[in-house]
Amino acid sequence: MDLFEYQARDLFESHGVPVLGGAVAFTPEEAEKAAASMGGRVVVKAQVKVGGRGKAGGVKLAESPLDAREKAAAILGMDIKGHTVHKVMIAQAAPIESEYYLAILLDRANRNFLVMASVAGGMEIEEVAHTSPEKLARVGIDPNVGISPALAKEIIAKGQFPADVADQVEAVLLKLWAAFVAEDATLMEINPLVKTSDGKIVALDGKVTLDDSADFRHPGHEALIDHESANPLEAAAKEKGLNYVKLDGEVGIIGNGAGLVMSTLDVVAYAGEKYGVKPANFLDIGGGASSEVMANGLGIILGDPDVRSVFVNVFGGITACDAVANGIVAALAILGDKATKPIVVRLDGNNVLEGRRILNEAAHPLVTQLDTMDGAAARAAELAAK
Amino acid sequence: MAIFINENTKLIVQGMTGSEGTKHTRRMIASGTNVVGGVTPGKGGQSVEIEGKSLPVFNTVAEAVAATGANASVVFVPPKFAKAAVIDAIDAELPLVVVITEGIPVHDAAAFYAYATSKGKTQLVGPNCPGLISPGKSNLGIIPADITGPGRIGLVSKSGTLTYQMMYELRDFGFSTAVGIGGDPIIGTTHIDCLRAFQDDPDTDAIVMIGEIGGDAEERAAAFINEYVTKPVVGYVAGFTAPEGKTMGHAGAIVSGSSGTAIAKKEALEAVGVKVGKTPSETAALMRAILAK
Repeated sequence: MDLFEYQARDLFESHGVPVLGGAVAFTPEEAEKAAASMGGRVVVKAQVKVGGRGKAGGVKLAESPLDAREKAAAILGMDIKGHTVHKVMIAQAAPIESEYYLAILLDRANRNFLVMASVAGGMEIEEVAHTSPEKLARVGIDPNVGISPALAKEIIAKGQFPADVADQVEAVLLKLWAAFVAEDATLMEINPLVKTSDGKIVALDGKVTLDDSADFRHPGHEALIDHESANPLEAAAKEKGLNYVKLDGEVGIIGNGAGLVMSTLDVVAYAGEKYGVKPANFLDIGGGASSEVMANGLGIILGDPDVRSVFVNVFGGITACDAVANGIVAALAILGDKATKPIVVRLDGNNVLEGRRILNEAAHPLVTQLDTMDGAAARAAELAAK
Repeated sequence: MAIFINENTKLIVQGMTGSEGTKHTRRMIASGTNVVGGVTPGKGGQSVEIEGKSLPVFNTVAEAVAATGANASVVFVPPKFAKAAVIDAIDAELPLVVVITEGIPVHDAAAFYAYATSKGKTQLVGPNCPGLISPGKSNLGIIPADITGPGRIGLVSKSGTLTYQMMYELRDFGFSTAVGIGGDPIIGTTHIDCLRAFQDDPDTDAIVMIGEIGGDAEERAAAFINEYVTKPVVGYVAGFTAPEGKTMGHAGAIVSGSSGTAIAKKEALEAVGVKVGKTPSETAALMRAILAK
């Protein structure tokens, strides 16, 4: 889960990473109130999980609480790269002397964690890596050893931080590492980390990604979920424990196993080129594929107004195809009149003949069976054509 | 021959007394695997009847190894306790540990991977993987044993169901070993480890490599193929239509910005002469054409 900037700020604060005052506002009135309680100049910042909001006009300086209200009114509701702004952060403004960069992230290639630290902040770190790599420290961290004060000192020196801030930045790095571990994060990035005119080091903007697999030991993370901008179908699927991602096409997809479903999307996309249609979603019903799970999955997909046909693609590995076929028949019985779109089924693998026989016998008017994935994808695409 | 496992593999099942553990222990025994016991902390001293075998249960992997001479384990322990189970196996210096569990926090996987590396005695497969099978010899994990039999193709895949699908497509040829390496961001055994082992295995003639979006493991595998692998390799990559920033089922299957895309992986493989199929069946057809020569 990616956090909003204000959530990252609050999380940093709770772990002792220095930040400036900041508050979230959902309305211009709340923005005015927050600005008044902070006093002085503030920055009104659109809260969207996408880069480039400054250029899009989503970040504005406000001279007074009233000005903050007006700026918030202008920013709320904006569309930034397809993301609607539902809230703004009112952040204390500070005179900035220098901008630095500091981040800890999961390094998949090296299978450990990586610290990146640089005296050159405020821009994309890829740009720093490209133009002045000598200013960027990249140091791998052994998860079982962590970051010692001595290692922090070494990293900050490599990142070419000036002597007058080195101690402060080292302290921030140690706190950030503690937060990274405590929260099961896969990314904590501070960009920019700034030196204010009075010589203090503070995190001005932050990006945090938390590991969803660790939610079981972080009951507090549930409160960070963004319900407002979640797609309603994705939210409904999540409630039913389904692994679903909404896409922008017309062919609904159900399959078992993440790899097979990704592959199904690709095969449908190729087949759909001819008919001008694309996959409408990703939905992995997993190994079990009971009739209840199948009914839940079909229910979500048939509730998507964009869907014009459905492709159920199951390879019976551990699950036998007869169980899957029974699941489809039972699901259609549960859905009754709500099932209104043609469904193409491809079953293969364990006990496939019995599975096909069950579907043939049920002879549901919406269901067509095909033997191969490619053939079934082509039929589903054809049925979805306008 | 086969890679990583063979008829001499003596297996213990961590989490054998749980429902998944029991179910798959039965399947593994039925497909010829030599299961010699299980480990469930707190249940040591009991024994469990599975498939007509009386299997002893131990509190720790070290006790299980001392009593049975086991040289591999499969982990079916739930995410919350999986790290402790894997550390227990590493401490017992088991040569091979296959972690089936899905949903292990990545900090836990990073910790046990680093621990295994520092000890230098244990090869990890997974987590979040279906395991590996050398048909007719041994089957560690949840890959169905009845899809196909022994043969001379080696298979390595991030995805379980695509492993099954590909074994099914090429069932008339059979496989030396099929390895599901798992779809998590941090995994033990990689595409490269399997490619090296298949290249060195005299009983493997050709290799199918299946990848998916996320990370750059396929790009690094391509570089490795270029410098080390002389046997024919065909590839498949899933996720061309995946949108940026969305996790597609597997925790590791995510395109971040412009990195981890399927097209980049396909191009990297093709640049070193690997033929890449557009669909699983096209990939199988490419392999057939190679084996027909």
